[in-house]
Amino acid sequence: MTNFLQQVVSGLASGGIYGALALALVLIHRATGVINFAQGEMATFSTYILWTLTQNHGWPYWPALAVTLAISFAGGFGVHQLVVRPVERGSVLRVVIVTIGLLLLINGAMTWIWSGEVRSVHSPFPTRTIDMGGVAISIQDLGTIGVSIGVVILLGLFFRFTKVGLALRAAATNPAEARLVGVRVPLLLGVGWGLATMLGAIAGALTAPTVFLDPNMMQAVLIYAFAAAVLGGIDSPVGAVVGGLLLGVGLNLLGTYVNFVGADLRLPAALSVILAVLLFRPAGLFGHRVVKRV
Amino acid sequence: MTALLVLEGVEARYGPVRALRGVTLEVGEGEIVAVLGANGAGKTTTLRAVSGTVRRSGSIKLAGRALSGGPEAVAKAGIAHVPEGRGTFAELTVTENLRLGAYTRRGKIDADVERMAAWFPWLIERGDQQAGTLSGGEQQMLALARALMSRPRLLMLDEPSLGLAPLVVREIFRIVRELNEQEGLAVLVVEQDARIALAAAHRAYVLEVGEVAVTGTSAELRENESVRKSYLGY
Repeated sequence: MTNFLQQVVSGLASGGIYGALALALVLIHRATGVINFAQGEMATFSTYILWTLTQNHGWPYWPALAVTLAISFAGGFGVHQLVVRPVERGSVLRVVIVTIGLLLLINGAMTWIWSGEVRSVHSPFPTRTIDMGGVAISIQDLGTIGVSIGVVILLGLFFRFTKVGLALRAAATNPAEARLVGVRVPLLLGVGWGLATMLGAIAGALTAPTVFLDPNMMQAVLIYAFAAAVLGGIDSPVGAVVGGLLLGVGLNLLGTYVNFVGADLRLPAALSVILAVLLFRPAGLFGHRVVKRV
Repeated sequence: MTALLVLEGVEARYGPVRALRGVTLEVGEGEIVAVLGANGAGKTTTLRAVSGTVRRSGSIKLAGRALSGGPEAVAKAGIAHVPEGRGTFAELTVTENLRLGAYTRRGKIDADVERMAAWFPWLIERGDQQAGTLSGGEQQMLALARALMSRPRLLMLDEPSLGLAPLVVREIFRIVRELNEQEGLAVLVVEQDARIALAAAHRAYVLEVGEVAVTGTSAELRENESVRKSYLGY
């Protein structure tokens, strides 16, 4: 039983990370209508910035994280305005190919700037564990869960209660109409990309302490995030997070209790989740169907 | 009467098709002006030329200042455009639709929401309902309320009667007329139902293949032989 609970908590921690990156995918899917294949590499790039600030320049962790988030926002906004916006009108395939190009470009750039060597990134949380009713839970895990849930709640409040958040939803769901009420749609979609990149940066910063930082760090996480987003429904922010948590816990339990799965088959298991959802419930758990009265 | 909106020799095209061939028209302060005509005469395109959602040339001025740029700029200049087919944000709630209507404005909007509640009492009650689940007539009213939230200098309505029950259409025109009389709201309305449009408007223009064919006060047009035969049907 203790082991079970420990696996659930650590599953929630990795699930929180999947959820954060999945939420980034959902944001961009809603804004631009495509899956951003470069989301993982962009997150890794942000993590390198964090590493450079803390290790090379000796900054304390939190200011470094704040600056990393600001740079990530600007970077995501810039990528949208310079690279995505010119191809946004026209076939979806063009945007998809641009994001795949971005993936290769950013990956190459990281190897070029920081070399392919693995780096270690500090965690802001202590490495101790605490005892909760006989279950030893690492503070790192608790912190990760707390940060991902906190971020999601903040984002939800932003979309619901601020003018910019509302305009962003309008721009994403009905761009032509949004322009008529005075919303500068391309600018707002850029803000969406910026927010998604910030989320990616958070996912990267949470991932790095438990693995090592190298240019391919987020590639597996991106697959899990895809699975989480598909499971939750690609249009649903809530679904992305719930999907991430379910997937994290599910994969952890599968690895622990089903002998042949182990660590090696985690990725194929995630891919089978994608396949199964697309086959049997394409809208996902929280998939959005527009309710319309005709 | 001082002119609020002035179009001079406005042309617009969709690809190779010339939809407007030099339209000249005017809306005065506090005036309701109707644009009538058959399908494809260029009524909707006239409104789209004003709001900048179609490529246009010629001169378009609001209160003496040239309107240029896209719909965002035109909205900011004070023109609220309710497009054909309602044009609400179906996935957002009624209240969120209203908040978006005031997007170009700074400051508090609660007072305006209250004001809309006086005109459309059911809006507040259904504030949390998704706009897409409203009936056609309710959506048209919501679109109207949303446009009014921006406190426009000019309201542009595109075919407000389209697909709605006669009772609802009368209600919409009654509200527009009262807003005009009580608050001096200037309105440019495009309408296929000439009878109801002429009943509400002070003046009207009849478009034929992208040009103004006839113009005059509503009373004059009702007396006009060809208008009567073509658009009023008696």
